Amino acid sequence: MNLLTVSGSPHVYTEESVSKIMYGVVLSLIPAALVSFYFFGLAAILVTLTAVVSCMFFEFIIQKYLIKGPITIFDGSAIITGVLLAFIVPASLPLWMVVIGSLVSIGMAKMTFGGLGKNIFNPALVGRVFLMISFPVEMNMYPKPTAFSTQLTDIVTGPTPLAVMKEGVAQGEKVSDIIPEIPEYVNLLMGNMGGSVGEISAIAILLGGIYMLIKKYITWEIPTAYLGSVFVLAGALWLIDPEYYVDPLFHMVTGGLMLGAIYMATDMVTSPMSRWGMIVYGIGCGFLTLVIRIFGAYPEGVAFAILIMNAFVPLINRGFKPKRFGEEVKNG
Amino acid sequence: MKQWNNFTKGFIKDNPVFILLLGLCPALGVTTSAFNGFGMGLATTFVLLGSNIVVSIIKNVIPNKVRIPCFIVIIASFVTIVQLTMEAFLPDLFDSLGLFIPLIVVNCLVMGRAEAFASKQDIWSSIVDAMGMGLGFTLALTMLGGLREILGAYSIFGIQLIPGVTDGMLVFVLAPGAFIGMGYLIILFNYMKKKTA
Repeated sequence: MNLLTVSGSPHVYTEESVSKIMYGVVLSLIPAALVSFYFFGLAAILVTLTAVVSCMFFEFIIQKYLIKGPITIFDGSAIITGVLLAFIVPASLPLWMVVIGSLVSIGMAKMTFGGLGKNIFNPALVGRVFLMISFPVEMNMYPKPTAFSTQLTDIVTGPTPLAVMKEGVAQGEKVSDIIPEIPEYVNLLMGNMGGSVGEISAIAILLGGIYMLIKKYITWEIPTAYLGSVFVLAGALWLIDPEYYVDPLFHMVTGGLMLGAIYMATDMVTSPMSRWGMIVYGIGCGFLTLVIRIFGAYPEGVAFAILIMNAFVPLINRGFKPKRFGEEVKNG
Repeated sequence: MKQWNNFTKGFIKDNPVFILLLGLCPALGVTTSAFNGFGMGLATTFVLLGSNIVVSIIKNVIPNKVRIPCFIVIIASFVTIVQLTMEAFLPDLFDSLGLFIPLIVVNCLVMGRAEAFASKQDIWSSIVDAMGMGLGFTLALTMLGGLREILGAYSIFGIQLIPGVTDGMLVFVLAPGAFIGMGYLIILFNYMKKKTA
C-alpha cells in the first residue's frame, strides 16, 4: 500500500479520456445503426461506411498537410462526425455527395476553427445543411423502408411523414384526413417510416441516450428541455386547433427530433456549460424547431434550430455563469 | 520603383477585398459568376481611376470640412457615366449587376482611396494607385466569382466544364456560398502575403 506517497495536485483522477467518451458514444449509436441497416439495407451500410472513412481521411489530410500538427484521427471524434452525418442524410444519397458532406463537416465546420473542441457549430449538422442547400433534389428523396433490402438501384422513394403533413396542411386539408396517409404511430416509434438513415427509430435512439446518460456522457438538461419544449408548444397549438396543428406525439416521433435532441444538441463542444444555460439552450432549440416545422419553408427544422442555437452558446455561457464557491450571495 | 510598388500593392499585399476588406457588398453580392465579377471589377476600376484623377487635381480647392460630399459628387458623376454606358452597350451585364452599379457611389474602396490617397498625393501617383487597386479589386471579384461559378454551376466564364451537367452545388450560387468562398480566399491571400513579405 502506497498510502504515504507525496504528489502534487490534482489528486482525483477519472478513468475517462476524450477517445474513451467518443468510442462510448459510437457504441451507443449501435441500436440506431442496426435499425437503419434493417430498414434500408445495404444502402445504409454503404452511406455510413463512406461517411466514416471519408471523415477520417479528410481529418488525416488536413492535420498532416495543412495544420502539420499531431494526427488524432483515431480519437473517435471524426468517427462520430461521420456516423452522425450518415445518420441525417437519406440512404439513397449518391456516395460522392456523402464524401462532399464529410469534407464540409470536417474541413469547414471543424478544422477551419482549429479542430476538436474549438468548433462553434456541430460539424455533422453543418455538413447536412450544406448538402440540403446544395443538392435539394437528392436530399429530399427518402427511400421507403423495406426490411433486409440489398437493392442499391431502383429504390422506391417517398416523402417523410413530416413532409406529407406539411404538404397536406399547406393545401388546406384537415389533419384528421392526412393522418391515414402516414404510418401508424407504432411504426413511427420503431422506425418504419421514410427518413434519413439513422433518425427513423425513436426507440433505438432513446436506448442509446439512456446508455449515454448512465455513462454520464450527456446530462439530462438539454434533451429534457428540448423535447419538453417541443411537446408543450406543439400541445398548446394542438389544443388551439386540432384540425390544423398535428398532435404533439407526432412531432416527437417523426423527423430527426430524437436524434437531434439526444446526439446533436448535447455535443459537448457546442452546447452551454452551466445547468440553466443548458435549459435555456434546449428550450431555444425546441422553440425554433417547432417554428420552422410549422411556419417555415422546410418540413424539418431540427438541423437549423440546433445550428442557430449553437451560435448563441457563447452568449448563453456569459449569461449563466455558475456561482464560484465562496462568492457572496446577493440578498441572501 | 515607388510607382511600381504603388501599382503592385493592390494585388496581394493590400488587396482591397481580401486584405483590406473594402467594398465587400459588391464582392459578396454580384459574384455569382466570373463574368459578373469581372464586369463589376472593371466598372469600379473606371470609377476609381476617374475619381482619383479629379480628386487629386482639385484637392487644394476642396474645403476640408465638406470633402466627403465633394468626393461623393465626383464619384457619382463617374458612376453615372459607367451606368449609362453599360446600359447602352452591355445590357445583359447591366441587368445582372442591377442595383450594385449605382451603389459604387458609396463603395468603401472608391471613397477610401479618394480620402486616404488621392487627396494627399500628386496626380501621377493617384493614377497608378487607382489602376493597381482597381485591378486588384477586379482580380478579387473574378476569383470569387470564378470559384462560385465553378462549384455552383460547373462552368467558368459561361463555358461548361462537364458537358450536360449544369446543376452544381447550389449553395455556392446563393448568399452563404459567397461568405464561404470569401472566407477561404481571405485565408489564401493572407497566406500568400505572409509568403511574399
